[in-house]
Formats: sequence, structure tokens, C-alpha cells
Amino acid sequence: MNEIFASTPFILLLVLGSYLVGCKLYRKKHFALFHPLLVAMILIIAILLLLDIDYDTFCAGSSFISFLLGPSVVALGYALYEQIEQIRGKEIPVLTAVIAGGIVGIVSVIAICQVMGVDEAITSSLQPKSVTIPIAISLSEHSRGIPSLTAVIVFGCGLLGGIVGPAVLDRCHVNSRIARGLALGSAAHGLGTARAIELGAVEGAISGLAIGLMGVVTSLLIPFFESIMR
Amino acid sequence: MIKGFCYIMLFYVIGEIVSMLIGKLIPGSVCGMILLFLALTLKWVRPNDVSRAATTLTHNMALFFVPASIGLMHEYKILMSNWAVLLTVSVVTTLLVIIVVGVTEERLDRKLSKKGGIEK
Repeated sequence: MNEIFASTPFILLLVLGSYLVGCKLYRKKHFALFHPLLVAMILIIAILLLLDIDYDTFCAGSSFISFLLGPSVVALGYALYEQIEQIRGKEIPVLTAVIAGGIVGIVSVIAICQVMGVDEAITSSLQPKSVTIPIAISLSEHSRGIPSLTAVIVFGCGLLGGIVGPAVLDRCHVNSRIARGLALGSAAHGLGTARAIELGAVEGAISGLAIGLMGVVTSLLIPFFESIMR
Repeated sequence: MIKGFCYIMLFYVIGEIVSMLIGKLIPGSVCGMILLFLALTLKWVRPNDVSRAATTLTHNMALFFVPASIGLMHEYKILMSNWAVLLTVSVVTTLLVIIVVGVTEERLDRKLSKKGGIEK
């Protein structure tokens, strides 16, 4: 029986099945903590522990799914192309804002990590924390961070940004729909966009674009700040 | 759809090559994303050729990073022993990014459209 549990088909079934359960639950409850990622994570870890399947076996079995992370990052290029129309005529303010946000995001992470004195690996894992998870994982791996830690932190930041974002923007008197959507997407990626869509169609569309822009900007800025600050 | 996947893999490979050429500063997949975007903008690739494959991938992206996040099973000790830093960084930087992006875009947009008036 153990042989079956360690086989690739069983592990793929486990990942796909848990994810599907997560999607079903999310559609029914529509509550951010029931996000398919979190539900799938908890289910899979519980089952791995229960059936005594070790982590390396799981990695080998699920490598087929993990591989698709790379192509899906490439595919984001298409999403970006589709959405870039939204900001015709407003390229300068939008790009400046995203670049400013990217710089502040990376510098503040490195600065806080240095003040509080943590491992290099943790700083590397946190640097890409405002970008969409697939890009964040690639960037974290790339600068020798811990991808799983990055995934969880990025998710947490997205959750936080989505929940408090609109109130923070109100407090700072940011009222334009473009600015609000852009801020939510830049700071809280997909989870910010989910919230932005609730605010309105313009906010939602701009927020979707912000995810791609922030991904590109952060990827380009990280090597630069790594070389001057660390 | 196969054509679309073929294009995506092509740009992934080119992205990896570019990444290697620039001294691995940026991951290959991210280079591939930027190159695919440029190729579409410059009309080297027809959007219709990649749209189905690309949306299939991007709409199911959450599934693809499930395995990576399971690594937490191994690394949860790091999460536990550094929770103060992780919490501070998450809260402070997320709020900072929201404020900086929102305020910059709104102020600059207002300033530019007042000055130029050509903005559509």
C-alpha cells in the first residue's frame, strides 16, 4: 500500500483533489481564508503526515505540477498585453507610481530585516512580497530564499492588503478609481484585485494590470538593490 | 492550443537564454514574460495564437504553486522562530506600498492633466 501512496499518480490525485475541494469551498463561502491555496495546503500536509509520505517523495511526485509555474509566469506576459490598454494616456503617472511602490517595497523589506537582524535567506524570501505568488516564488528561489516561506508571506500580505487597503486609501484621501485599483493590485496582487473588483470595474481592471507591472518592476529592481544594500 | 503552448515554451526557452546572458540577474521565466509581452506589442506574435493556452495557465495559476507551498511542512520552524520580523515586514511594507502607489498615482495624474490638458 505504501508503494501506491508514494506513486506519482497518487500524489497528483492528492494535489488536484485537494485543490478542487478548496475551489468548491471558496465558491460556496467566498471567504478569503477559504482560499483554494490555504485549503489545499492544509489538506495535503494533513494527508502526507497521516499516510507517512515524506516530503521528498511528495516533491518528486508533484514536480509535474510545479513545473507549470514557469510557463504560467511566461503566460502572464499575455495578460499584461491584454490589460495595458487600460492606461492609455496615463502611462507616466501609472508607471511612476508602480516603480515608486516597488522601490519602497524592496527597500523597506531589506531595511527592516537588517534592523531586526535576520538570516540572508529570510530577507531573500521576503523581498518579492508584493508580487503575484508565481513570480515571487521564482524570484525567491533565484536569490536563494525559501520558496514556501515566500508563498505564505506573500499570501498573508495579499490578504492584509485586500482587507485594510480601501480603508487606508480613504484615510490618505486617495479617491481616483485608477489610483485605488493600482494601489491594491501593486501591494496585494490577486487578493487585492479580488477586493478591487468589488469596488468597481475600473478598479478591478487597473488592479489586474498592476499585478503584472509590479511583477516586472520588482524583478528588475531586486538585483539592483541586492547589489547596493546587501 | 498546442500552438499557444509551443509559443509559451519558445519564449520560456528564449527567456532562459537571455537570463543566462545577463548573468542570471532575473529568472528565465520572468524574462520570458517580458519578451512575450514585447513580441505581442510589436505584433511579432498574434494574440489569438497564444490567448487560449495563456489564459488556461494564468487562470489556474494557484494550483501550480500548491506543491511549492507544501515546503512549509519542512520550514515551519523558520516561520515560528522569526514570526516577529515576518509580521512586522508584512504589515509595514504592505501598508507603505499601498499608500505610496495610491498617493503617487493620484497626485501625478492630477498634476499632469492640469498642466498638459491634452490627456484624453
